[in-house]
Amino acid sequence: MRELLFHIIAFKNLPLGVVGGAAIWIILLPLANFVLLGLGKKYLKNIARIFSTVLLFVATIIALNIAYHYFFIDGKVNGVYQTINVYQMHWLSFTETMHVEIGIQLDALSVMMLVVVTFISLMVHLFSLGYMKGEERYCNYFSYLGLFTFSMLGLVVATNLLQLYMCWELVGISSYLLIGFYFQKPSAVAAAKKAFIVTRFADLGLLIGILILSFNTNSFNFQTIIQTLTNTQSSSFISITASSFLGMSTLTWALVLIFIGGAGKSAMLPLHIWLPDAMEGPTPVSALIHAATMVVAGVFLVAKLFAVFAINVTALQLVAFVGIASALFAAIIACTQTDIKRVLAYSTMSQIGYMMFALGVSKYGGEEGLGYSAALFHLFTHAFFKSLLFLCAGAVIHLVHSNEMKDMGGLKKLMPITHIAFLIACLAIAGVPPFAGFFSKEEILSAAYQNNKTIYIIALITSAITAFYMFRLYFSIFWNKPHDSRLTAHHSEGTLTMKLPLIILMVCAATVGFIPFSEFLSSNNQPYHSAINIGFSILPVLLGLGGILLAGILYFKQNNKADKITNSFQVIYKAAYRKFYIDELYLFITKKIIFNCIGKPAAWFDRNIIDGCMNGIASVASFISTSIKNIQSGKVQHYTLYFFAGVAVLLMAVLYVWS
Amino acid sequence: MIELLFHITAFKSLPLGEVGGALTHIIILSTALFFIGMYGLFTRRNMITMLMSIELMLNSVNINFVAFNKYLYPDKMDGIFFSIFIIAIAAAEAAVAIAIIINLYRTHKSIDVDDVTDLKQ
Amino acid sequence: MKAVDIIFYCIATFVLTTGILAVTTRKIFRSAIWLLFCLMGVAALYFWMNANFIAAIQIAVYVGGIVVLIIFSIFLTQQSGNQMPKPNSLRIIVASVASLIGFGLLLQLYNKQVFQTTNKNFDIDIATLGKQLLSTDANGYALPFEVISMLLLAAMVGCIVIAMKASPTPPKEGLKKEEIL
Repeated sequence: MRELLFHIIAFKNLPLGVVGGAAIWIILLPLANFVLLGLGKKYLKNIARIFSTVLLFVATIIALNIAYHYFFIDGKVNGVYQTINVYQMHWLSFTETMHVEIGIQLDALSVMMLVVVTFISLMVHLFSLGYMKGEERYCNYFSYLGLFTFSMLGLVVATNLLQLYMCWELVGISSYLLIGFYFQKPSAVAAAKKAFIVTRFADLGLLIGILILSFNTNSFNFQTIIQTLTNTQSSSFISITASSFLGMSTLTWALVLIFIGGAGKSAMLPLHIWLPDAMEGPTPVSALIHAATMVVAGVFLVAKLFAVFAINVTALQLVAFVGIASALFAAIIACTQTDIKRVLAYSTMSQIGYMMFALGVSKYGGEEGLGYSAALFHLFTHAFFKSLLFLCAGAVIHLVHSNEMKDMGGLKKLMPITHIAFLIACLAIAGVPPFAGFFSKEEILSAAYQNNKTIYIIALITSAITAFYMFRLYFSIFWNKPHDSRLTAHHSEGTLTMKLPLIILMVCAATVGFIPFSEFLSSNNQPYHSAINIGFSILPVLLGLGGILLAGILYFKQNNKADKITNSFQVIYKAAYRKFYIDELYLFITKKIIFNCIGKPAAWFDRNIIDGCMNGIASVASFISTSIKNIQSGKVQHYTLYFFAGVAVLLMAVLYVWS
Repeated sequence: MIELLFHITAFKSLPLGEVGGALTHIIILSTALFFIGMYGLFTRRNMITMLMSIELMLNSVNINFVAFNKYLYPDKMDGIFFSIFIIAIAAAEAAVAIAIIINLYRTHKSIDVDDVTDLKQ
Repeated sequence: MKAVDIIFYCIATFVLTTGILAVTTRKIFRSAIWLLFCLMGVAALYFWMNANFIAAIQIAVYVGGIVVLIIFSIFLTQQSGNQMPKPNSLRIIVASVASLIGFGLLLQLYNKQVFQTTNKNFDIDIATLGKQLLSTDANGYALPFEVISMLLLAAMVGCIVIAMKASPTPPKEGLKKEEIL
């Protein structure tokens, strides 16, 4: 048995021992979950939820074990974290050097992501046990979660760009399935379609980028690509940087296109429009996919190729500016939304914007690469507090049966645990010490400060706005006005399995900030020490507290101060409330311009030319057939005569033509 | 008539006694018989007479087989065997055809092919 | 001109004349009789070609079997004394033109082809013929023989089924076939 296990997990080339090889099980268990629940839902109906949660629990244990071994025991050689190909299967060979593999690559980034994905997924599974109880398509839900977890894990351990792309599309599919989970609602179907189409559109960029990059480096493999392109003497590097198209080199184009793919998945401006609508899915799904894991795939992608991005200033600046613009833009919109999940969605977008611009302002290597570690640190902490926020929102929605803020208020008595958890998560996201968000945000801000003052100032403003809208949310839900009298203590916070993940995540959100992240993850895999500069962090913390205070004044008690302010800034408020008309702009472009200029002519062409040809052929055929129908007289002798005529023609051909 | 045809087609008739002469004569005879059969097949409307024409055509084929066997491969017997099999098949075919004709006569009260145009639809 | 040549021309003339009469005469019974003569002429041709066995089969099966069968079916379906309706002249023209064209084309074909005949003796020993017909050697015809026997059986069954449909009594044609065999 053990032998077999070793064999399956390709034990041979394992510096990490059995533990690293077990990584394949982390991926296969959710796949097994998906396949078994998907195919056997008739038989597994009763144990489906326990089954999938247990499978995921095992996967999480293995992931934590791998992380422990990697970071603390034998992942580091000579002070550098190694990149290990645990498992590699040759799949398709295009040329001698260029082939597609399916494999598992463990480096610090992948291991961190493995932990985050499995852990958050486990929490979401636990929460779903209670939240989705009584749902008709329970089995489907868990099997989709399995598919998502599988593909996300496959994405983070990908050894090459093509495997990453495949898993990238798979997470897109599972996101589509889960957003459209309540397919009876037309809005859910529309949202699912929107998410799929927008990300698909962006993925086209990613695919083209991958092809350009691979064509020039002759490989899909991350390590090979990075080695080829960081070696400035190599012929590939010279050719890819020399040839230019529309003023940018091929490399820049490739990176920009790849970033467009990442921006689509990570809901960066202007491809963000799908994310708020994606909140139509079940809330635990939003916590898992649209907050903690899938939407950070863009950040992961840029981080994975960071060594390449770092040599190209143009692409990196694009990342930085798109990131900061998205962060500010989403934060402003979040202040005006009334649907709590939409507020959280915009806050997610804003935080991912933080990660993006942190990557954008970073440089490669050592202390200079502070932005890189900070971005991933923020990814890590954000996963915890944002999924916690979503799960709390889920618990609240479960109780109130509404997404709207006006239906809530004064819930702190009814749901004490949710209240505390939400408060801690809000403090974390607002960057109040000593909660997790403080540490990562400080690193991001100091990286921005070192690199680009403009970005630093915008980031500061954004962080104040973040604190404001998060506490606006918090006060509106838990304080503001006395709770609806129809809600009694009978409507409590749900089962233990709903409370447990909240508590676990609460502890994480409060403490993970103390992890010295840069000692584990850095742009060149060499650990370094980064310290918090107390003097530097005073300003952001004060701004955050100011935001909280403002929110408190406006929303702690029911009053009309907020309305007054919105009335005096009517135009701006309206614009922000309507999400700056981006959706309308898209609709205008698609409906008015694309449909009218391309769609209508295409439809006309289809109706008149293509269908016309077909109809013409049909009518000609029918005309001919009616006219030759008389040949079919039913008289045997006529048939014989035709037969003879045919033979005679052939005979003549043989006699006079061929000879 | 045949002379005219020979003239039109520029047919050089070999004397019977020469090499290939006898064979050529025989296959011309069989070809003529074949086309007589075909003429009958086209003009006759009665099914029994059509069947007779078909028998004529089969006979012409048989003549060919035997003639080729005799003049080209006299030490073999394959042509003879083919003739035997063709005769056997012709017998079976005639029997089946006559069964069909009689059945048709029962249902249509006629064995005129022009009356039986059920193939049309 | 040698005697054999004269005999050949006589046989050929006889066969063609009776053949033409068989397909043109308007009395169906006469047509069958002309066919009978024509087939006998072909048998004579086989005798002329020294293929005695085939000639014997020709007389036994065609003259004795098929033509009798045809005459029999004429009795079943026609008033034999009546003249058949005259076929329309267009059809006659088309048919004769088609036949002449086909004949002419084939003559052209023969004109191009020179047969390298041999003058070896062609004597068929009926004993060797029978042995080879039933042998399973490389040149044996046992398999086609069996296949033909299956075909005849199938044809016999088919005749009975086809002709039996209307009346429950076994029709005579089916029985007739056994006579042929």
